[in-house]
Amino acid sequence: MTTTAGAAGTGLPEVERIPPRSTRYVRDERDPNAFLVQRSVFVDEDVLAREREAIFNRCWVYVGHGSEIPEPNDFVSRTVVGRPVLFTRDKDGEVRVWYNACTHRGAEVCRERRGNARRFRCFYHSWSFSTDGRLVAMPDEDAYPEGFSKEAHRLRGPARVESYRGFYFMNVRADAEPLEDYLAGTKYYLDLTADQSAAGMVVTPGSHEYSIKANWKLLVENSFDGYHAIPVHKTYLDVQRSRGDQIAGSTDSDWKRSYAYDLGNGHAVTVKEAPWGRPIARWKPSMGEDTREIVEDSYRRLVAAHGTRRADEIAGLDFNMHVFPNLSINNIMAVIIRTYHPVTPGLMHVNAWSLAPAEESPAARRVRNESFLSFLGPAGLATPDDNEALESCHRGYASDPGGGWSDVSRGMDLDEPRNWDELQMRTFWRRWSDLVEGPGGGNGGEH
Amino acid sequence: MAATRAEIEDFLYHEADLLDEWRLEEWRDLFTDDGRYYVPATDNPEGDPDLDLALISDTKEGVRGRVQRLLSTWAHIENPRSLTRRVIGNVRVEPGPGENEVVARCNAIVYRSRVAGTTTYAARLTYRLRPGEDGALRIVLKQTVLDHATLRDSGGVLSIII
Repeated sequence: MTTTAGAAGTGLPEVERIPPRSTRYVRDERDPNAFLVQRSVFVDEDVLAREREAIFNRCWVYVGHGSEIPEPNDFVSRTVVGRPVLFTRDKDGEVRVWYNACTHRGAEVCRERRGNARRFRCFYHSWSFSTDGRLVAMPDEDAYPEGFSKEAHRLRGPARVESYRGFYFMNVRADAEPLEDYLAGTKYYLDLTADQSAAGMVVTPGSHEYSIKANWKLLVENSFDGYHAIPVHKTYLDVQRSRGDQIAGSTDSDWKRSYAYDLGNGHAVTVKEAPWGRPIARWKPSMGEDTREIVEDSYRRLVAAHGTRRADEIAGLDFNMHVFPNLSINNIMAVIIRTYHPVTPGLMHVNAWSLAPAEESPAARRVRNESFLSFLGPAGLATPDDNEALESCHRGYASDPGGGWSDVSRGMDLDEPRNWDELQMRTFWRRWSDLVEGPGGGNGGEH
Repeated sequence: MAATRAEIEDFLYHEADLLDEWRLEEWRDLFTDDGRYYVPATDNPEGDPDLDLALISDTKEGVRGRVQRLLSTWAHIENPRSLTRRVIGNVRVEPGPGENEVVARCNAIVYRSRVAGTTTYAARLTYRLRPGEDGALRIVLKQTVLDHATLRDSGGVLSIII
């Protein structure tokens, strides 16, 4: 099994290939080696304002998956980093993203969560818009002055909407680099995800919409933090062990072939073979003897479609990937798409979805859902403890308002950091500092 | 002979006490071997319980694991555990689909408090109940539909049993 493809690593440890930096918020130091993040980045209103401008109004931000709106005029309304948007497929089948605000006075043109509609009709004055954004009708149009242009009152939206393998992103900048360039090394892992299905991966109905009283960047870290898995998720591992799985309860034994890679542009991934089962093709006793044939059948389908080598990589490689700035796609005991949106420095909204092969049988889908919920979600056996950890950090920060440094230095001098090291988080923080504080951290970060 | 509403109410109040008193193993044992505890996603309350993504979709084995976890000192979000207090009301009873089964519907208001704060959940509960071999009622299905559009302003997560 190949676990190095898509990696940007050179075999040298970070401390030998990456220049140090010392800014207001990030200390990436040598002699002695240390990587520290100043905790005001989690609580300071000014930092969030700067992030909105330098990160969220600059980077490609995930909106949704094409399978959520399969038919013409299907729509989903959701909030993406504070902006209410309509994710819709117009009558000609093109995917569009509109800001959910009437061009007349600004009220939302749609207050349903999802559906199929030829028109979005603002209830305030009954201006109606087609799914391709045109203002198509309004009451008493004659009363508008000469020169009034319906064309000039089209729905507004982000400057760019692009997709890769069914994942749709928006960018508010017209001069943004193409999405495929931005995604860099993440495409390898998006391919591994999409290739699980010949018929196409689909988002399962039912999503998880919850919140954490913590800064959004803590969930970036947590979503691929291998070091926390055993102390925080011991109850999950104990339950799986009680169902017959072989789990030692130590990182070295349980996480095999474990690495972490910088994927470029602030994206990073951890890969490993984890101790849990995977509905796509790794049966474990905890899934129940009656499901064994279903999972093995799924594996045979992968081999038929891709050959043994590729099938083994799709089936056997667990990964937790962060797509900068606020998307995690984890192929673990199920496939989860997770986004997190800052509301205030100390509050984030989280949306999460399960991604599954479209052709999966009902029996296989039940196996997947059970595997997903065994760990994931706001009522799963693991995720709630992540919420508690992140909220506990925030309670702890209050002990030294505006002060304190978080240590993110694990494995920074290793040739091949593991998933329980912190290369993946340092990759995030270096990019974060480049964008928020200036390339290379700017001139000492004073701004 | 079908259970009366008073008998069903006694059962529901007993279950509420077990949960508020964190007597979770006794609560677990209320389920039949084919029993199920189901909480649909807040954006999909009418969804397919079998095929859609729920918040909780526990078989009896799932309930066992959930209780094992909640009684561990390593269930960090419930250590120390929440104080909960629930009020059950608006109980309705009708014949169930299976032999000797009744369907009970009720409303639940649950206060959950930790040092970090207090939150409230509202939910519509639907049960399928049938007598076990000892004659006492058992849960074949407990379905909890939350009256929340999202979990964001009610607890953030759902780490207790409703």
